[in-house]
Amino acid sequence: MNLSRRHILVLLPAAAVAWKSVLAGTPEESPNYKMSDHWWGMLIDIPKCIGCGNCVRACRTENDVPEGFYRTWVERYHVSDEDMTNPEVISPKGGEEGFPVAEADDKKYFFVPKMCNHCADSPCTQVCPVGATFVSPDGVVLVDQKYCLGCAYCVQACPYGCRYLHPQKKVADKCTLCYHRITKGLTTACCEACPTGARQLADLKDPKDPIHEFLKTHSVQVLKPQMATGAKAFYNGLDGSVR
Amino acid sequence: MSGVEGFMYPNEVELQWSVLIVLYPFITGLVAGAFILASLERVFRVEAVKPTYRLALLTALAFLLVAPLPLQLHLGHPERSPEMYFTPHSTSAMAMFGYVYLWYLMAVLVLEIWLDYRREIVLLSQSSKGLLRVIYKIMTLGSDNISERSLALDEKVGWIVTLIGIPSAFLLHGYVGFIFGSIKANPWWSSPLMPVVFIFSAMVSGIAGVMLLYMAITKLRKQKIDIRCVDTIAMYLFYIFIIDFSLEMLDLIHRIYEADESFRSLNFLVHTQLFIPHILIQILLGTLTPIILIGITQVVKLPEIVRKRIYSVAGCLTLVGIFAMRWNVVIGGQLFSKSFLGYTTYKMGLVSKEGLLVAVFLTILPLIFLWALVKILPPWPEKSEHAAIAAD
Repeated sequence: MNLSRRHILVLLPAAAVAWKSVLAGTPEESPNYKMSDHWWGMLIDIPKCIGCGNCVRACRTENDVPEGFYRTWVERYHVSDEDMTNPEVISPKGGEEGFPVAEADDKKYFFVPKMCNHCADSPCTQVCPVGATFVSPDGVVLVDQKYCLGCAYCVQACPYGCRYLHPQKKVADKCTLCYHRITKGLTTACCEACPTGARQLADLKDPKDPIHEFLKTHSVQVLKPQMATGAKAFYNGLDGSVR
Repeated sequence: MSGVEGFMYPNEVELQWSVLIVLYPFITGLVAGAFILASLERVFRVEAVKPTYRLALLTALAFLLVAPLPLQLHLGHPERSPEMYFTPHSTSAMAMFGYVYLWYLMAVLVLEIWLDYRREIVLLSQSSKGLLRVIYKIMTLGSDNISERSLALDEKVGWIVTLIGIPSAFLLHGYVGFIFGSIKANPWWSSPLMPVVFIFSAMVSGIAGVMLLYMAITKLRKQKIDIRCVDTIAMYLFYIFIIDFSLEMLDLIHRIYEADESFRSLNFLVHTQLFIPHILIQILLGTLTPIILIGITQVVKLPEIVRKRIYSVAGCLTLVGIFAMRWNVVIGGQLFSKSFLGYTTYKMGLVSKEGLLVAVFLTILPLIFLWALVKILPPWPEKSEHAAIAAD
């Protein structure tokens, strides 16, 4: 190919503009991040949750979550003293737009934020026929969307209803614990947006992480412990009625 | 939200597995059951069912060829399905599918059919003309020795293949049951009895299917139905059906008596949305009615024509019942929330990728395959005799 000086003069600025876009589209490198140094989880402090839905909105914006599906959502429980096993639960649009005003009665109300529990013994990764979903060495359950068949077996296997099939990509989709953020030293979008600190990202391998002090001084529970999934979303103040 | 009653986790509202996933266990069940019927003659020397031996094998093959299609159509990325062969995930029950399928198709069914038909294939490759001759020539795989010694060897190897085929048929369908039974997140599925129930229901549907096909095809060919054969098949159907029903009832009674945290939710489902498909269609119409009907023929001496009618009706009801069982497992297992606080509904599309028309097409397709197989490899003794005589 013959390039004249005139061609080069036209192409150089175009290449400079393109190079800028290439750089902008390339994820920032995290040279200091060592997967083996971390074991991620989440602390959810139920008494602090006010049901504002900030976390749901932040997650949708940050992760481009498709309409009608949820990587995180908030439930509102309405429980009577007599029948704890049959609570009245609502989560209109996953709590994204908040909740209707509660009626004053003698029952208790509280909010429960939900998300992937990033289980250490996750039933969803166990059943994937090709290993497209896996637990990363730092304890985050991820999906390789370029490899997933879209069979939805993992969606069936998750006891917490945290997975869905992406309506456009036709692959399994779920909370990544904002992996693109936490590997750069940031917190997750939902934690960032929570006005009361009801959600806190926890690194169980970091001895300085306040999670250790919290776990020592509080009664903390995981969802559906009978499932023995090694869930790492730790709930403080979890009521027995929560499913 | 429309179609939702109570509380569902927000990602649960839409069902993940559609009618196509109902078809998959239904079809593989027919395969496994038809093969077990064929093995009755071959391995257990039940001579009375001999007229259905080859038809049962061809039926199994026709349905097995269609079995992966509903799965393939259901996948979000069907083009990636070969990855299951190349990079299977060792902890996944589903990853076994490709291997179990290929093993059963190639190592058992195709091999057994080839060994059984080899003599006819060789003779037909000599007597046919044109394209058929080429097809038969290819089907001989270059093995045209039909000496008595060679045929005796075929018989011996065929017997061994059938013997291996029985546990393979159990594996094929038991494995399908395990896919559901091993999901601890879903109490409707999670049961160690699931693979066993699937195996017995497979035998029931396969035996009923071949019995119906045999009667229908014999009628179409204007031949006389071998009543001794049909009586024997019906007897086996009756006893296996009783075992199948007992296992299902054991599972049900166990659930009712144990009444764990999911019981209230599942009980509500069975009394509402699943009342028609589960109680009425599966249990009353599709299980108890055929058991009672065939049971009558076992204890009362009825005229031949009445028995044939009863077998036809009972056979059809059995297939309806087993299809309903697959429906109730697959669809029923997705209608309730894993929070046990709510229910959703299943809306089947008509012309969509996983809709009714595709499901109907996939149900008819094996019958078209069977028609083609019967044309190429006639299972009737008189036809093969003609071929042999013509060749001689």
